[in-house]
This record gives sequence, C-alpha cells and structure tokens, in this order.
Amino acid sequence: MSEKKKKPYGIMIFMGIISASMYAALLLNQDFLNNYFGRGGVYAFLPIAAAFAFSFIHGSFTGHFWTVLGVEAAKKKMEVK
Amino acid sequence: MHDIAMEAANFINLDLMNIAYLFIVGFVGGLVSGFIGSGGAFVLTPGMMSLGVPGLVAVASNMCHKFPKALVGAIKRAKYGQVDVKLGIVLGISAEAGVLYGAHIQESIKKSFGDAGSNLYVSAAFVVILAVVGSFVLLDAWKTYKSGNTNEEEKVTKLAKWVQSINIPGTMVYFKSLNARVSVLFTIPLGFATGMLAATIAVGGFVGVPSMIYVLGAPSLMASATELVIAFVMGLGGSFKFAMHGLVDIRLAMIILAGSLFGIQLGAIGTTYVKPYMIKVVMGLIMVIVLFSRALMVPVYMSQLHLIQEMSEGTTKLLKNVSFGIMIFALILGAFIVLKAMWQGRKAERQQHAAEALGHGKV
Repeated sequence: MSEKKKKPYGIMIFMGIISASMYAALLLNQDFLNNYFGRGGVYAFLPIAAAFAFSFIHGSFTGHFWTVLGVEAAKKKMEVK
Repeated sequence: MHDIAMEAANFINLDLMNIAYLFIVGFVGGLVSGFIGSGGAFVLTPGMMSLGVPGLVAVASNMCHKFPKALVGAIKRAKYGQVDVKLGIVLGISAEAGVLYGAHIQESIKKSFGDAGSNLYVSAAFVVILAVVGSFVLLDAWKTYKSGNTNEEEKVTKLAKWVQSINIPGTMVYFKSLNARVSVLFTIPLGFATGMLAATIAVGGFVGVPSMIYVLGAPSLMASATELVIAFVMGLGGSFKFAMHGLVDIRLAMIILAGSLFGIQLGAIGTTYVKPYMIKVVMGLIMVIVLFSRALMVPVYMSQLHLIQEMSEGTTKLLKNVSFGIMIFALILGAFIVLKAMWQGRKAERQQHAAEALGHGKV
C-alpha cells in the first residue's frame, strides 16, 4: 500500500480556535474597531496588519481544513512548462 | 470625536443574515479567484452596496479582503510550482501605477459628469474590454477543445514569440514562466493596463491573465497563478491608500475573507486536476456573461445623463436587478465548472490508482 500521511487534525483545530477567537473579537468589539480602524492617517496600519494576521491564521486553518477532508492537490505533478 | 462618530456612521450594522451573505459570496468569489487568478471580486462591490454600504467603503473593503486572499492563493499555488514571483512583482509594480492613474481618471470623470457619468464610463469599459478580450479567450479555448489537443502543451502565440525575440539592451529580464528574456518595456504597459482596469472595474486579471498568456507567452496555469501576485501587490497599495482615508470597514473585509480563504484554497487545488485550457474556458465564460450584465446598465446611465429618453423608475429597477442577477449567475457558473472539473479529475485519479494497484496485484 502507498504510504498514508497522517491528517493534520491537531494544527487544524489549534488554528481554528485562534481564528474563531479572532472573529469573535472582531464581531464583539465592532464599535471600538470601527472607531480606531476607520480613523485614517497613521491608523491605516491597523486594517492592513489585521488583514495580514487574519490571512495567516485563517488561511492556515482553511488549508488544513481541506487536507483533513481529503481534498488535496493531484498526486501527479502537473506539467506547467 | 465628532468626526469619528460621523465616519463610524458610514459603517453599516451587521446582522447574522448579512454575515452569512458576505461569507457565501466571499467563498464563491474566492473559489473562482483561486482558479483563474482573479475575477471573483466584481460581484462583491455591488453586493455590499446592496446591503447599504456606501460605494467607496465597498470598494475599499473589497480591496482590503483581496490582497490577503491573493497572498494565501499565491502561496498555495507556488507550492504547485505555478507562480512566477518575479513576473508578478514586475507587473504588480507597474499595475500599481495604473491603479493610481485609473483612480485619477475616475475622479475627474466624476467631477465633470457626476455619478452617472462615472458609472457609464465603468460600464462602457466593462463592455468593450470584456467583449474583445473575453470572446478572444473563449474562442481560443473552443479551438483547443475542437482540435482535440487538450492534453498538448500550449503553443506560444506568434505575438509572444515576437515579443520574446526583441532585444532592447539594458531592459531585458529573464522570466521562468516564459523561459525567455523579455524587455520590461513590454511588461510595463501590460501591468499599467491591468492596474487601470482594476481601478475601473475591480478585476485587473481580465487583462492581466490574457496578456501574460497571449502577449508574453506564459502557460495558462502560470499566468493565472502569477496574477495572484499582481493582485497582492496592487491590493496592498490600494488598501493602504483607502485606509489612510478611513474608508476600510475591517469587519466587512474580514468576513468576506473568512469565506474566500476557504474558496481560494479549493480553487487553487482545482488547478492541479484540470487541463490548462479549462482556465481559459472559465475565464472567457465569466467575462462574456458579465459583459451582458454590464451592457444592460448602459442605457440606464445614458438616460440619467439625458443622452437618451428618460426611463421610468420601474424599468431602471428591473434592469438593475436583472444585471445583478446575471453577474451572480456568471460567478456561480464559474464556480460550478471549477468544482465539476475538480470532481472529474479526482475521480479519474482514483480510477487510475485502482487500475495501477490492480496491475501490480497481477504481477
């Protein structure tokens, strides 16, 4: 049989919890966030930094999510040349 | 403090329905973007505006979800060896200049002709560019399909061969996706046009991807993956500009991102299962359908500008709704083709594995 890779349950759950907490924080502090993130000027760094943070955490979660579900890239390497 | 309160008032209240709506549209948009490099975002701006989000906040928040999404997609597709980072950055920087210029043109049109003038300009750009480029891409995909050579390596166009043959000393750069040296004097206008289109219709990829394929000679898979790098560079700069003016609604951007990061991963995985011409099929189809959606709006704006006879409110509303419906249909059709192609690809792979296992068993 071909080698069976272990599915990344642990990391998916870990990233999922962090991601869910970030989204909970986002939705529970809407007024506060709108005040600061929408101020403009130097505060422009806030939404940009948040976007990077969410993309890293939530991106990692969604990537592992599909792997756990068994949706992975084709085994045969695509010829892209 | 008063200013902040005023600005915060620009940000809508979010209920569960709105959140679910943004999440789903984000997912479908992400799926298409992961596959063809862009093209999932055009429905988001009007989608947010239909929830009552002011136009500029919708554009800004859309852009702020686009660049982190493109980043995740680009990293994923880089793992499959499909991304030419150098080409993406070179085109992305000139695209940034195109975005600024495109935004400037938009502003001056708005100043001279008002909202209807600006909308007419956007719709006209949509119709003309999508008609020309979209039908060309679709025709090319159709020809490949009819020829039965869908498994063959894509041919580099005559134009791309010519571009690659021109040697302008001091401007030549080697790009791995092209496996050739090309003068940046060719890439700069292409990037600029991509940026201008992004600033006008929110989807630069409709020019970016075809120009990489047909003008520079990149394979479809690499062109669509590299577009994600361009979208990242462009989106980051654009988002920062909008955020400086306090226009980004971070809640909207991050909720759309929540759905689109599921979608973009799936779309990226999908590219490993399909034949390269499928990228052109999905892209061409979406472009041509969206063209009809926008064309319906042209008479509405023309009547607002009194260029034609004034329309009744009922007709205007009907055209608007039909136009939005067609746009959503384009996106869903694209997502359906991606998922179906992926499903078939996985099925074929499983069957092949089973046959191989059986073959080994016999030996």
